[in-house]
Amino acid sequence: MMPFKPVLLWTDLLIFLLFAGVAAFALYVRRHEHLAASWRRVVRDPAGMAALVVLVAYVAIGLMDSVHFRLPLANHGGETGRYYSAEVLSLLDVVASPLREHVEKTYSAPFATHLYAKEAIVLPDGRRIRGYPRLKYGGAQLAHPERERGPDILYTALAAAGKAALLWALLGYGLVQWLARRQRRSAAAVWAAMWRGGGEIPWRSLLATLGAILLLVFLAIGLGPKYHVLGTDKVGQDVFYQALKSIRTGLVIGTLTTLVMLPFALLLGIMAGYLRGWADDVIQYIYTTLNSIPSVLLIAAAVLIMQVYIESNPDLFDTVAARADIRLLFLCIILGVTSWTGLCRLLRGEALKLRELDYVQAAQAFGVGHWRIISRHILPNVMHIVLISVVMDFSGLVLAEAVLSYVGVGVDPSTQSWGNMINSARLEMAREPMVWWSLLAAFVFMFGLVLAANVFADVVRDAFDPHAEARRIPSAVLSRLFGRRPDGESHG
Amino acid sequence: MTGYIVRRILYAIPILIGVNLLTFALFFVVNTPDDMARIHLGVKHVTPQAIAKWKREHGYDKPLLLNPGRRGLERFTDTIFYEKSVGMFAFRFGRSDDGRDIGYDIRTRMGPSLAIAVPVFMLGLLVNVSFALLMVFFRGTYLDFWGVVLCVALMSISGLFYIIAGQYLFSKLWHLVPISGFAGGLSAFKFVILPIAIGVVSGIGSGARWYRTIFLEEAGKDYVRTARAKGLSEPRVLFRHVLANAMIPILTGSVVVIPLLFMGSLITESFFGIPGLGSYTIDAINAQDFAIVRAMVFLGSVLYIIGLVLTDISYTLVDPRVRLE
Repeated sequence: MMPFKPVLLWTDLLIFLLFAGVAAFALYVRRHEHLAASWRRVVRDPAGMAALVVLVAYVAIGLMDSVHFRLPLANHGGETGRYYSAEVLSLLDVVASPLREHVEKTYSAPFATHLYAKEAIVLPDGRRIRGYPRLKYGGAQLAHPERERGPDILYTALAAAGKAALLWALLGYGLVQWLARRQRRSAAAVWAAMWRGGGEIPWRSLLATLGAILLLVFLAIGLGPKYHVLGTDKVGQDVFYQALKSIRTGLVIGTLTTLVMLPFALLLGIMAGYLRGWADDVIQYIYTTLNSIPSVLLIAAAVLIMQVYIESNPDLFDTVAARADIRLLFLCIILGVTSWTGLCRLLRGEALKLRELDYVQAAQAFGVGHWRIISRHILPNVMHIVLISVVMDFSGLVLAEAVLSYVGVGVDPSTQSWGNMINSARLEMAREPMVWWSLLAAFVFMFGLVLAANVFADVVRDAFDPHAEARRIPSAVLSRLFGRRPDGESHG
Repeated sequence: MTGYIVRRILYAIPILIGVNLLTFALFFVVNTPDDMARIHLGVKHVTPQAIAKWKREHGYDKPLLLNPGRRGLERFTDTIFYEKSVGMFAFRFGRSDDGRDIGYDIRTRMGPSLAIAVPVFMLGLLVNVSFALLMVFFRGTYLDFWGVVLCVALMSISGLFYIIAGQYLFSKLWHLVPISGFAGGLSAFKFVILPIAIGVVSGIGSGARWYRTIFLEEAGKDYVRTARAKGLSEPRVLFRHVLANAMIPILTGSVVVIPLLFMGSLITESFFGIPGLGSYTIDAINAQDFAIVRAMVFLGSVLYIIGLVLTDISYTLVDPRVRLE
């Protein structure tokens, strides 16, 4: 018998499918030189590499949070089978269980040892006073918080930083040794080249970013169980934990939305451009109509209607998580339906151009069928547009989630998301003194993901877009700015 | 020219019919009036009589498309589709679910929306184009590099952050402007100045970077090299040649949104308590007032299509090669 019952939510399934798809695509790229060449440009860009490392860190947390299961209840009577808790947990919940379980009474500031609100306290000698009561978990190990808190935080942080530095140094050492063996050079030479930022792959930027992430991870591991690093919210939940849980929501909206919209955009866009005639007219009519409805309103209308559907069919969803999950998936589909028009128009234009090219004309003259021409000749030649628009859309979608949740048409209120965090913290703006940490945590986590995605998208666009060459600043200028050797440039 | 505009307007009609049918399908077929009544009555008060009463009061107690109980034209006109959807073409928006005249609300709320949206649009365009020109003028230098870095950072910040941080700094900490609210006439100034400033700042990141890309693309072309070769100064090259030729992509992106300015900004207006169309829409969404949302969807589509026509016309003004036949 299994110690737990796996739960596969719809979005989990799609995430794993997407992950498998990306892995298969990576294998495919490795085998095809013309694709690998463009990706090499992405990997050789220092900014692109740093952004990639940050994105991988976010994705790792998101994937951990996508492995869901239900634990058995402790006291299950009878032998006729186990009963499982109605609460759906994820791997991340288990890893971060101190964060999840350390629930205080209400607000507390980051690193606080006392509550943020005055309450009646019963002293040991039976007197009652009004004051700030101690937190149940935050800094509970301290006997004299006012004296010991500062040194304790400093000591824990230094210990964490030390561990991070040690692991980082080990990784760096391993990398240098491995490179030295592969390139048949001395380790010192490899190290010197790395330090200068030379070489093919920007190891320096990779290591620097990795170091920063390791530091944050170890700080979280060290300080997280002892304090509420980013405070607690109204019902006393750890804000840092909420921000971590929100990563999955952000990633799901950023990726699944485009996954949902891709088949429509690809099929209709290429059909319109390639077949022309009435098919073109119909498809253009469809996307102009959809496009002319303000997207926020279309999303709002669709979400309102979906709410009615969920409310009138409550028996379709067995757990709260399943219900919130189906709402998240619906939101992705709706966002996809409203945002595929732009890509569709781009693909139509490109297909219009491609169908006039000689090789397509030749294929037609040989009597090759339409579907074969589309799949063999048109589709591979528009994939760079698809890729660029998928990465460019990602950050916009993550930001859109926050706005939509604020408007009230975003994810389910029970889903952890940055938008919901901002939305609930906004009501406390008028409080004196202000409760700022929920807002800040949500904005900082969102900023990290969106910034990395934006930088990565830029690098991908430059590597894949043939027109980007014209906009590119000459490499001589870049090398003056960054001290890079011109031969470190992959193009030129 | 006139013929072209007439043709474009005729072309817009099937699109509007499509929008109308789509909203009708979303609001009445997928989600029946019975569902709406249930939502508004709340769980406790749902009885068949209450639903029927609610539907009668709000005019939803008719057949959807065809009324077999009537004769002649009334078979078609005495239906929900005719009363609630077709009327939109004459801008008859009907009454909201709480009984107010939507057309009147829209007319009175347009002003405050425009008081914010128009300055944000004009100032935003000015600031973004100037910043982009500055970066292009100093292209390849540290100024350009850090300008782009700043743009990418600015566009990675959530729009909500600008509003919350702005309100906190200027209203709560420094008490320079009221935190929210609105007043008519000249006193509106102190209420709109902060939303306008925040609107402009939050748009700089993506705007300036987008224009910089356009300008750089133009600046790499042969005629610019020719202009430099014949000895024109760099500012003259930028303003006379690059800027003038970049007008087409600039217009494509900006003219289309001019009519949509009427709709206001959902988020800004709701944060700052501006009684415009944006906050009207948000309130309607939160109150699940389907009549208002339907009206705003239709209005938005009309304005978007007007924007498309205006874009085409504006091409003829800036590009002598474009003739609308």
